[in-house]
Amino acid sequence: MNNSGVDKTRRQFLTNALTVVGAVGTGFVTVPFLSQMQPSVKAKASGAPVQVNLSRLEPGQLIRVEWRGKPVWILNRTEAALSTLAPLESELSDPNSAESLQPAAAQNSTRSLKPEIFVAIGLCTHLGCSPTYRPEIAPTDLGKDWQGGFFCPCHGSKFDIAGRVYSSMPAPTNLEIPPYRYIDDNTIVIGDNA
Amino acid sequence: MNSPRFNNFVNWILARFPLTKVWNEHLAEYYAPKNFNFWYFFGSLALLVLVNQFATGIMLTINYKPDSALAFDSVEYIMRDVDWGWLIRYMHSTGASAFFIVVYLHMFRGLLYGSFKKPRELVWIFGMLIYVCLMAEAFMGYLLPWGQMSYWGAQVIISLFSAIPIVGEDLSLWIRGDYVVADATLNRFFAFHVAAIPLVLVLLVFLHIVALHQVGSNNPDGIEIKENKGPDGIPVDGIPFHPYYTVKDIVGICVFIFFFSVVLFYMPELEGYFLEHANFIPADPLQTPEHIAPLWYFTPFYAILRAVPDKFAGVLAMGGAIFVLFLLPWLDTVKVKSIRYRGGIYKKALFLFVISFFGLGYLGMQAPTPSATIAARLLTVVYFSFFLLMPIYTRWEKFKTVPKRLTSNSSIGDRLPLIKQAISDITQDTVVTTKSGKTLHLKTPNPSGLRSASVDLAKKMKDSLD
Repeated sequence: MNNSGVDKTRRQFLTNALTVVGAVGTGFVTVPFLSQMQPSVKAKASGAPVQVNLSRLEPGQLIRVEWRGKPVWILNRTEAALSTLAPLESELSDPNSAESLQPAAAQNSTRSLKPEIFVAIGLCTHLGCSPTYRPEIAPTDLGKDWQGGFFCPCHGSKFDIAGRVYSSMPAPTNLEIPPYRYIDDNTIVIGDNA
Repeated sequence: MNSPRFNNFVNWILARFPLTKVWNEHLAEYYAPKNFNFWYFFGSLALLVLVNQFATGIMLTINYKPDSALAFDSVEYIMRDVDWGWLIRYMHSTGASAFFIVVYLHMFRGLLYGSFKKPRELVWIFGMLIYVCLMAEAFMGYLLPWGQMSYWGAQVIISLFSAIPIVGEDLSLWIRGDYVVADATLNRFFAFHVAAIPLVLVLLVFLHIVALHQVGSNNPDGIEIKENKGPDGIPVDGIPFHPYYTVKDIVGICVFIFFFSVVLFYMPELEGYFLEHANFIPADPLQTPEHIAPLWYFTPFYAILRAVPDKFAGVLAMGGAIFVLFLLPWLDTVKVKSIRYRGGIYKKALFLFVISFFGLGYLGMQAPTPSATIAARLLTVVYFSFFLLMPIYTRWEKFKTVPKRLTSNSSIGDRLPLIKQAISDITQDTVVTTKSGKTLHLKTPNPSGLRSASVDLAKKMKDSLD
C-alpha cells in the first residue's frame, strides 16, 4: 500500500470487470441448460414414413394410424358425404384452406389427393385434442344443421367432413393434412410426398 | 430434564444456533390478534397438507417409474402390490384436492377481510406465487399416472403455449421435448414435480411467513393491532401465537383430518372429482376420451378458456384471470379492510364474484354446448368485472365506522339461547297415541314457523349485503 491510501477506483474496476465476465459466463451456460430440453436426436429421428393399405377400408369407415406419435386419420368418404362439402362453404372460417396447413396438392375443394380418401392429422388445431368422427346427420347433441364431420370434445370445435373448421370456433384453422402419396391405387405412404 | 448435563447441552446448542430467538419471534412472542375466527384455520391447514404431500410424495417416488412404458403399471403396482401403497397414493391424490380447497378458502378470507391491503401487499404476492406453483405441481403431477386424462390434459395445457405468437410453437416443443406428449415429457415433468417446484414452493412458503410476521396478521375487524400497544410494547389486542393459536389450530386440524379421512377411506375418487374415471385407462395417443375436463380446481379457468372463441385471446383470458389476482392490492384501494365495515356495493360485488367462480367451475366440468358457452361468457364478464371495475364501483361505497379496538366474537355459548329459540320457532309439539296405547310427545315441523323463519333468514341475508 502506498502513502496516498487505497485506490478504490481500481477495486471498483475489478469488481465491475468480474461482474461482466460472470454474467457472460452465466449467459453461455444457460445455452446447454435450456437446450437439453429440446427434442433429442432420437425423438427427431423417429419420424419415419408409414405405409397403409387401403384395400379393406369400407365406405364411411375411418381408421387411425400413428405417425410421429400423432394420430393420422384415413377416412373413406361416401358420395353423400362429399356432396355436403360445397353447400357448407358459407359457414366455414377458411373454406379454401388459405390459412391452413396442407400439401399444395391437397389444397382443393375436398382437401385430398383422391376425393373419397381423406387423410388428416387427427389433432384439433386449437389445443391438440383428437376430435371424434361424427358422420351421422343432425344428432341431438350437435343440432339439426349438422351434416356430418368431426367434433372436438375438449372445447367444442366443429369441422366438416373435409376437416374444415366452422366459423366462430375455438380452433383457428382447418385440420392439418400431412404429406402423403399413393404408391399404387390401394397403398399410401404418410410422411412422404416426394 | 433439569439435570446439569441437559442444561449444558442446551447451552451448547444456544451458543451456536438462535433457537430461542426464532421460537420467540415466530411463536411464543409473535402477537396475533385475539379475534381470529373460523377463516383463520386455513393457513396452518395449508401447511399441514404441504407436509402431507411431501411425505406421501417421497414415499410414492420409491415405487413409481417415470417411463411412458412403465408408469401406468407402476401406479397400479403401488395400488395393488405395495404394502399400504393404496393408502399412500390416495393420501397424495386426496391431499392435492384438499390443498386447493384449503388454499381457495384461505384466499377468500383475504377477500373478506382485506388481508392483501397495505401493508400486506407482499404477503399477498408471495401467496399468489405459491398458488401458481401449486397449479404447476398439480398439473405436472397429474401426468405421472399416464392415464388417458393425464395424457390429453397435458396435451391441451402444453398446447396453450403454442397460441403465443411467433415463439409459441417452439416453446411448446421445448416444454414437451418431443412433437407430441411422450416419454420425454413424462420424464421431465417427474423431475419438475418432485424436485424443482417443491424447492421453489418451500422457499415461497418461507417468504410468505417471514413477510407476514414482519407486518403482523390481519384480523376479521381489519384493524392494525400494532397501533394500540401497552406500556410493555405488546399490542393490547394481541395474544402470543403459541400456545393460544397453536392449540386452536390443533382443534382445526382434528376437524380437517376427520373430513379428509372420510374422503380418503370411503370415496377416494369422489365420484370422479378427485380422480377422474378416464384416468384408469392407460394413455392412448390416438384417441381423446369422449368427455375431457381438468380436475375441479382448474375448471373455472378452463371454462374461461373455452368461453373465448379465439385461440390466443382464450389463452390470454385464462392467464389474465389468474394474473388479475396479483393486482388486487392496487385495484382495491379502499382503506377500510374488513367486509364488516365495508359498504353494500363491495359485498354484492363479492357475492357475484363467488357465484361466477362456482358457476365457471361447474361449466368447466360440463360438455361445451352452445347454451353452456353463453353462460360461461356471461360469468367470465362477471369474473373480470369484479376486479377490473373495482377502482370505479368502490368510489360509491359507503362505509361503516371502523372501531378503534377489536370487537369480540360471540361464542357458541352466547348463541345457544338463539339456537334454541330458532328450533322452537320452527317446530311444534304434538301428542300422538300409538297403537299400543302409549302417548308420545313428538316435535314435528311447524309449517307457518318454517315459513316465517325462512322469510326472516332471507331478510337477514339481504340486510347483510347492505
